[in-house]
Amino acid sequence: MLSLNNIETFYGLIYALKGVSLEIKEGTITAILGSNGAGKTTILRTIMGLLDDQPEKGNVMLSGENINFKDPEFIVRKGISYVPEGREVWNELTVRENLAMGAYIRNDKNGIKKDLEGIYHYFPVLQERENQLAGTLSGGEQQMLAIGRALMNSPRILLLDEPSLGLSPILVKSIFRIIKDINRERGITILLVEQNARMALMIANYGYVMENGRFVISGTPEELMENEDVREFYLGIKKDVSAKGYQRWKRKKKWR
Amino acid sequence: MIFFQLVIDGLSIGSLYALLALAMVIIYKTSEVPNFAQGEMAMVTTFVSYHLMEYYGFTFPVSFLGSLIFAAMLAVFFEFFFLRRAKEPNILNFIIITLGFERMLYGLAAWKWGADQRLYPSSFDPLPISSSDTFNFGIISVSHISLIIMSVAFVLIGGLVIFFKFTRLGIAMKATQQNLLASRINGIRTNRIMSFTWGLSAMVGAIAGMLFVPGTATPLDSNLMLAPLIKGFAAAVLGGMTTMIGPIGGGFILGIIEKFFGFYISSEFETTVSFTIIVLVLWFRPSGLFGRHYIRKV
Ligand SMILES: Nc1ncnc2c1ncn2[C@@H]1O[C@H](COP(=O)(O)OP(=O)(O)OP(=O)(O)O)[C@@H](O)[C@H]1O
Ligand SMILES: [Mg+2]
Repeated sequence: MLSLNNIETFYGLIYALKGVSLEIKEGTITAILGSNGAGKTTILRTIMGLLDDQPEKGNVMLSGENINFKDPEFIVRKGISYVPEGREVWNELTVRENLAMGAYIRNDKNGIKKDLEGIYHYFPVLQERENQLAGTLSGGEQQMLAIGRALMNSPRILLLDEPSLGLSPILVKSIFRIIKDINRERGITILLVEQNARMALMIANYGYVMENGRFVISGTPEELMENEDVREFYLGIKKDVSAKGYQRWKRKKKWR
Repeated sequence: MIFFQLVIDGLSIGSLYALLALAMVIIYKTSEVPNFAQGEMAMVTTFVSYHLMEYYGFTFPVSFLGSLIFAAMLAVFFEFFFLRRAKEPNILNFIIITLGFERMLYGLAAWKWGADQRLYPSSFDPLPISSSDTFNFGIISVSHISLIIMSVAFVLIGGLVIFFKFTRLGIAMKATQQNLLASRINGIRTNRIMSFTWGLSAMVGAIAGMLFVPGTATPLDSNLMLAPLIKGFAAAVLGGMTTMIGPIGGGFILGIIEKFFGFYISSEFETTVSFTIIVLVLWFRPSGLFGRHYIRKV
């Protein structure tokens, strides 16, 4: 449904994506894992057309249509919605106005009303705080609002950038459950960028691991969870202590 | 009774300050640019309406509407060709660009109309208004033109408040100012919003100009918007630039202060009053009387 073919993206002279290819099947959840600065956010920005004159090479295809160099205003109308890193809600609009502006590109009054009810069902706290300014919400509430607002776009594909960032463990669990529900109940395809590898792999159908602007390994969650390197560096599961009673202090990743 | 007379006069002139302040705040709210060319845009527009009446014989209503279209086009042109091209947009660059445009318009008006003293027509054919007629309510008298000014200003102000609070486009304008990224990924065509903002602001400012000149019998001159602009700015600062109620309240309060000051103390120093108010507000209450500034959580 959405595919990236050999994408290379630069920020000025900084070479951020060094040939990234990705294939997302309709109705699935795809996870991208990777440490800080790997280029995960850059992938999403490139897809959304937020970087002027980028990608330098390669192309982004949406259902067979090349959407390279299109504006975000165009891309969201094509059915791709983006929940950016850091929420980016409209601080001085109310929760209700934020959600209403999420439906800016739509005219179907009934559909909008139904989606709003659906979002209040996923996130009841948003309904309680309907008339509060978004800037005064807690971080977790803002994250819910950001997801709700993207759903108001009525997307076919939802791009989520670290939805669990800064949330309490309980909230992380419930956000991930809701992401899964959104995918299952509404058939929305999801591309999920996450540091929390464990949670991400729990709900994903397929995962990619990214380092330094490249994908280094990909596979189903089962495959990734069996991989030694993923286990150690992303899931934090240490290998058994060796027979000599100490662990090698620095193990090389095999994919390097 | 002089008290009520001064209040009425203050409200009348204050409604113009409120409009000018609103015109500035509309742009400030959407693009965080203080538009220093606001006054000159209104001044040139006022000259255009004068020109349409004097040289082409159009009636007041026709020239009024015609020059509003001119004002909108001028602002959209400026935003598109000057501001949008600025590669590294920061506030200082924007200030310099608007100041440059201000000088350009000033020069243009001085060259085109500057040679002799001109007076804006004092009758508004075919409208039954004349600057000399007054209504008398007991001891208070209100000129027709003041009444017109107040009604136009009130309707316009009310319309703008409703527009920004309840319409999709109005909220999209606020959204664009608050968070450009969020606006773009939700499909708001922020470039068009910017053009629209400039057009709307220029029209509001121009209406204030075209009411101000006949309302105060000011001779046409390329400096004519200088004092009103400072006062509009003072009104915006006094009330606060972050809300709609700020510039509106600020405009009315300033108008009334000015009338009282002029009556009891001296009318020579009216502009000084505005300037003093700007300084005092910035000292003691930088967000303005009605300011509510949301503190960004980092
Ligand atoms: N606007 C920018 N200008 C220059 N370099 C940038 C810019 N944005 C990102 N980069 C660089 O590009 C690389 C990838 O950044 P990106 O934000 O995609 O990382 P990320 O994987 O999302 O990291 P994190 O998990 O910390 O969010 C980093 O080295 C970063 O410093
Ligand atoms: Mg990131």
